[in-house]
Amino acid sequence: MDKRLKRILPRVQKPARYTGGEYNQIIKDKAAVDLRVAFCFPDTYEIGMSNQGMSILYHTMNSLDSVWCERVFAPWGDMYDEMKKAGLPLYALESGDPVSDFDAVAFSIGYEMAYTTVLDMLDMAGIPLRAADRPGLTPLVFAGGSACVNGEPIADFLDLMIIGEGEEVDNELLALLRTAKAGGWTKQRFLLEAAKIGGVYVPSLYAPEYNGDGTVRRIRRLPGAPEVVTKRIVEDLDSAPYPLNPVVPSTEVVQDRASIELFRGCIRGCRFCQAGHIYRPVRAKKPETLVAQGKALLENTGYQDCTLLSLSSSDYRALEPLMDGLLEYCEPRSIGLSLPSLRADNFSMDIMERIQKVRKSGLTFAVEGGSQRLRDAINKNVTEEDLLHTCRIAFEGGWNGVKLYYMLGLPTETDDDIRGIAQMANEVLHCWREYAKYKSRGVRITISTSCFIPKPFSPFQWEPQIPMDEYRRRVKLLRDSLTARNVTYKWHDADTSLVEAVLSRGDRRLGGVLEAVFRAGGRLDAWDDYFSFPRWMEAMADAGLDPAFYANRRREKDEVLPWSMIDVGVRADHFWRERERCYESVLSPDCRKQCSACGAAGLLKGGKCDG
Amino acid sequence: MDKLRLRFSKTGRAVYISHLDLMRTLQRSFLRAGYRLKYSEGFNPHAQISIALPLSVGTGSLCELMDFRLEGEPDLGGLPERLSAKMPEGLEALEVYEAERKPAQIKWLRAEGVFEYDGRAPEAMAEGLSEFYAQDAIVITRKTKRGEGDSDIRPAVREIGFVPQDGGVRAEMLISAQEPTLNPELIADALRQKAPRLAPDFASFTRIEVYDENLRVFR
Repeated sequence: MDKRLKRILPRVQKPARYTGGEYNQIIKDKAAVDLRVAFCFPDTYEIGMSNQGMSILYHTMNSLDSVWCERVFAPWGDMYDEMKKAGLPLYALESGDPVSDFDAVAFSIGYEMAYTTVLDMLDMAGIPLRAADRPGLTPLVFAGGSACVNGEPIADFLDLMIIGEGEEVDNELLALLRTAKAGGWTKQRFLLEAAKIGGVYVPSLYAPEYNGDGTVRRIRRLPGAPEVVTKRIVEDLDSAPYPLNPVVPSTEVVQDRASIELFRGCIRGCRFCQAGHIYRPVRAKKPETLVAQGKALLENTGYQDCTLLSLSSSDYRALEPLMDGLLEYCEPRSIGLSLPSLRADNFSMDIMERIQKVRKSGLTFAVEGGSQRLRDAINKNVTEEDLLHTCRIAFEGGWNGVKLYYMLGLPTETDDDIRGIAQMANEVLHCWREYAKYKSRGVRITISTSCFIPKPFSPFQWEPQIPMDEYRRRVKLLRDSLTARNVTYKWHDADTSLVEAVLSRGDRRLGGVLEAVFRAGGRLDAWDDYFSFPRWMEAMADAGLDPAFYANRRREKDEVLPWSMIDVGVRADHFWRERERCYESVLSPDCRKQCSACGAAGLLKGGKCDG
Repeated sequence: MDKLRLRFSKTGRAVYISHLDLMRTLQRSFLRAGYRLKYSEGFNPHAQISIALPLSVGTGSLCELMDFRLEGEPDLGGLPERLSAKMPEGLEALEVYEAERKPAQIKWLRAEGVFEYDGRAPEAMAEGLSEFYAQDAIVITRKTKRGEGDSDIRPAVREIGFVPQDGGVRAEMLISAQEPTLNPELIADALRQKAPRLAPDFASFTRIEVYDENLRVFR
């Protein structure tokens, strides 16, 4: 271990997150590999080690004998200060070697607020921030993850981005980099070749031009640039690589349990939801595969909890046989199963009873909108009846708490819709009074609201976000309407929502803002401990950019969107049609009732969309 | 099955695993190796394991003792090897046996400290350290649960010696493990308070062996 690191560790909180050495970490002989990849997660160890994509890609990249992929996370503030003071550069956990020694530096970026941490980690590694300032082939700096579907704000800092799922394309890219390194290629030659790989977006091959009003006039393709970059997917999840020997952290992380992935994509098509669209087409694993993977994972890790991952667990067709298979293994071993992302409309008490034998703490449902009209407008196909029915069986079954999530500021929302949230809370309370099994324990109803953030590649990508003063007014309206005791109200901070909205639909001019925020000390901006709203506003003002232009402006149908060179499979006209149906308050049936021909199935070469 | 005792070492990168995290890590290691720890009954069942004399984060050990019980009557042959294969780097299971004596009988601890001195001569430091610890009383201020208080650590140090080596001094000590408990780190802290010129730039410690009051190795 580096002497500087050894002296720092006793002084920082939770040092085990900075040492590596966990069970199942992958150690290779660095002299025996051709490429070393520093796989960076722009957030803390606790968050990054809970990320399933990170775990999958760590193993797929390491499945190549010629590659050693190691993990790198962002240090918390105390460790950051100590590292700066000691002159210790960012290092990878497995070997402890500095990130600047690696051939490739790959980032997994799941949310926009992590952008500044990407810059920070490059800087801590001593790597020039801007791609243009890195003339050599290595270290090649690239990124993937859902915050790359519109990665324009961070485009100037990355040599390339991966659009879609990385299992196959990452290794194709590394194979090319290995050839390029051995052949002494220039960086430019490599990038031009890489751009031919499906799902690889090389930002330097695209030059956006702007109109006087700041909107994009056109995106000029430079020689060698594909017209569009189409998202990559893994077609058959049953045969796709899935890590059955994941690294088991020696210190507590956020998701400290085994995870199995039921399916990708979503059949629902909620109009505000990016995830429900960018992960299409719907592809499920067979229950036999999942039971086998779950058992192997639990045996190999020693975890005492297992969670089932997907965007909407109850939409998994074979949920019953899957639960039977898993419970048969888990029950006699006292292994807990958890089933997040349940919907209020097809909630099965039977399943909940079986998985939560001991503790019945709380249930959470995303209701999103306060009235049926609004829920129809956003295509959230949950009725008040569904919710109350679900609450009734939950209260009868012994639960004594329920959490309801809503968004404020959705398109077409009125004050009546907001008061509707309070009414619904009262209905739920009433339902508890009538049906609760254990009344003496009391009830906790939690209403939680966030501010609607329009996302690219969702039907609401053209919609304005409400101004923050208006958001605060709506929060106050709801707070004043929630009169019942036993109902707690939590709301998300306005300032972060505005910055996230700016970045989500940002263009490349925001690169300067990211750099200025980082230079002014911005990092780990997803944490309230570190986020500074004035820092963002000053950086935007200095760059001559108006947050309202990005966040609060309605885009026209024919506006060139900054991300229009990216194709996630779902066609733009589908998004527009869904947006129009919002204003007509018309529901669209879920994919299983009727295929909407969104276009995502076109990504499949042989298989069928499970929607 | 009776109460069993595992002796294990915790060195290298594993010294940074905290006591609570270690408990969880050991439980998982047992499960991975195919042994089922006995759980308590009740509303919140937990594995019945306990580790004698919890270690401070950053201190290594060659003599950690963990008491546990197993479900059923599993074959204990090969347990240390099987367990070690399923442990993270730096943890190693050394032996398993039926626990006969209570950990409360542990009295003395042999420990080793590595004192690093940047740009100071190890020989001179070793000499100064020997003189310092030859005093009859060393009263330092300690933070306890009840606030700060002065106490003499010298009676808790039964033997101590200092050997110059490359980059610093190796301290070999036999100190009181319980009643009173002397954390080896206080051996360096005392210098910071009472003899700053001898205070190392960095010090790290490793437990070597535990003994009962008659200086018999405790197992």
